[in-house]
Amino acid sequence: MANVLDDRRYAESHEWVKIDGDIATIGISDYAQHALGDIVYVDMPEVGDEMSAGDVFGAVESVKAASDLICPVSGEVVEINEELEDAPEKVNADAFNTWIIKVRISDASEYDALLDAAAYTELCENE
Amino acid sequence: MKNYDKLIFELSRPGRKGYQLPADKFDTDGFAAIPADLLRKEMPELPEVSELDVVRHYTNISNKNFGVDTGFYPLGSCTMKYNPKINEEISAMPQFAGLHPLQDAETAQGALEVYYNLQKALASLSGLAEFTLNPYAGAHGELTGLMVMRQYHASRGDHKRAKVIVPDTAHGTNPASAMVAGLEVVEVKSKPNGSIDIEDLKPLLDDTVAGIMMTNPNTVGMFETEILEIADLVHKAGGLLYYDGANLNPLLGKVRPGDMGFDIMHINLHKTFSTPHGGGGPGSGPVGVAEHLVEFLPNPRVRIADDGKFYVDADDRSLGSVSTFFGNFGVMLRAYAYILTLGRDNIVNVGPMATLNANYIKESLKDLYKLPIDGVCKHEFVFDGLADKSTGVTTLNVAKRLLDFGFHAPTIYFPLLFHESMMIEPTETESLETLDEFIDVMRKVAEEAKTNPDLLKQAPLTTIISHPDETSAAKNPILTYKALKEA
Repeated sequence: MANVLDDRRYAESHEWVKIDGDIATIGISDYAQHALGDIVYVDMPEVGDEMSAGDVFGAVESVKAASDLICPVSGEVVEINEELEDAPEKVNADAFNTWIIKVRISDASEYDALLDAAAYTELCENE
Repeated sequence: MKNYDKLIFELSRPGRKGYQLPADKFDTDGFAAIPADLLRKEMPELPEVSELDVVRHYTNISNKNFGVDTGFYPLGSCTMKYNPKINEEISAMPQFAGLHPLQDAETAQGALEVYYNLQKALASLSGLAEFTLNPYAGAHGELTGLMVMRQYHASRGDHKRAKVIVPDTAHGTNPASAMVAGLEVVEVKSKPNGSIDIEDLKPLLDDTVAGIMMTNPNTVGMFETEILEIADLVHKAGGLLYYDGANLNPLLGKVRPGDMGFDIMHINLHKTFSTPHGGGGPGSGPVGVAEHLVEFLPNPRVRIADDGKFYVDADDRSLGSVSTFFGNFGVMLRAYAYILTLGRDNIVNVGPMATLNANYIKESLKDLYKLPIDGVCKHEFVFDGLADKSTGVTTLNVAKRLLDFGFHAPTIYFPLLFHESMMIEPTETESLETLDEFIDVMRKVAEEAKTNPDLLKQAPLTTIISHPDETSAAKNPILTYKALKEA
């Protein structure tokens, strides 16, 4: 069974979010990277893009499939993980330490509404 | 030679050749008329080989091919049915093969008649008013059909209709074609049984909807039983219904998309109408429309005059041209030969036989493979991997192991509804013996997954290439011999 960490929250679409002040760091879960298989490309937004919760902010492409990345919180993209342009496989190697974008959030309550580790574990087990 | 793996460039030796040209009798320099900046500075690095080199090279490569002519090819969604050889004979007739698209219509009446009659036959099988045969393949047909959709809304001054609704189970070409057509894609969810969730559809239907793209049966092989209600809802909202004809085979001559309420559709002649598919193509993607959209079909068109003569026509209200001349005419000849060979009485047996074959395999394997959507399927069905997941053997392992037994793998990891999708479509052209052989092998592989999972993870063991590095191939593709030498 895939790993789930309890220091962050999760979206039903399998992104994780970690909060530090008003900055949300976003990646995909270990469960998601495992389901996708070997990732060959990560499509990311531009710094400065405005996101609403539920917007598509990019896509991960694996040898099996391409999957949209959904932004779980609203705000402005302040940083993207440029390392992933050349080394997308880092997401497979360590999904929880490989962030994809950072967003300056405009509504902290959106974070609180996401799934905690227990709820997310249950979601994965039921898929 | 047994495991031949050379590129033709590797056979090249300077000065070796397999042709003789007569001495140059002309004293004019043919290149003089070409501007200097358009002339290449160096000779092209073409392979220099003898005739025997060429023959041996391509014969060895062709022996590595796997096709419907060599074995069972249950590639879901692709309808890899047998391509009758009479089709080839007809299309190779010099009376057809020697035609030029610019010759006078008066001198090509037979070819125009074939185009006209095939168009009519497809219209009658589909319940639609008229077809264009010009698009070159399925996705090109989708794009053409969506251009018709746009043109229709634009002609009514209804410019805000830019959204195309696509189910989450759709063929990947649907959203891709909509994007290329300049439309916005909106996803509608499916229910656990794979059919469209009408409650999820309703709120999407506003005055910005251009239409919906559907395939029926859908990509999990189930018939969308609520199609009439969906058609009614979409039409009431002012949208059009597009039918992706990839899954037409089980309905052929039995159920017509036009009768289900569809306004536009494409047909893959290389699936349903037995013309070569895949590397052996090319394809052809005719597009049919209901009466109120006929004027928007692409040019040129073939029409019949009162005196029975066929002529080439163009319509001012058309969306324009989508191909050079009339598309892949050789493919049309094959499809027309297929329709005439089967005839009205036999063409209705295609769907039931395809459906029977698919259900036979499904029922014979569902104790060992996970069947997420139970019930009678149409021409294809989807397993969600092995029933017993404890061995760690994946759908990819099973697919690769099938190659060792001389079968083509099914479509895997599509649709995205399930993690371990394995989409199987036997088609109507396979015998009971072939189906039984496939079932035996699938059962044997499921057994191996329990007794010898490591073997499955190493499979295939008998193919020339076993485990290509798909990640590197996707990330750093080497596409030319030059790049290979430099790599």
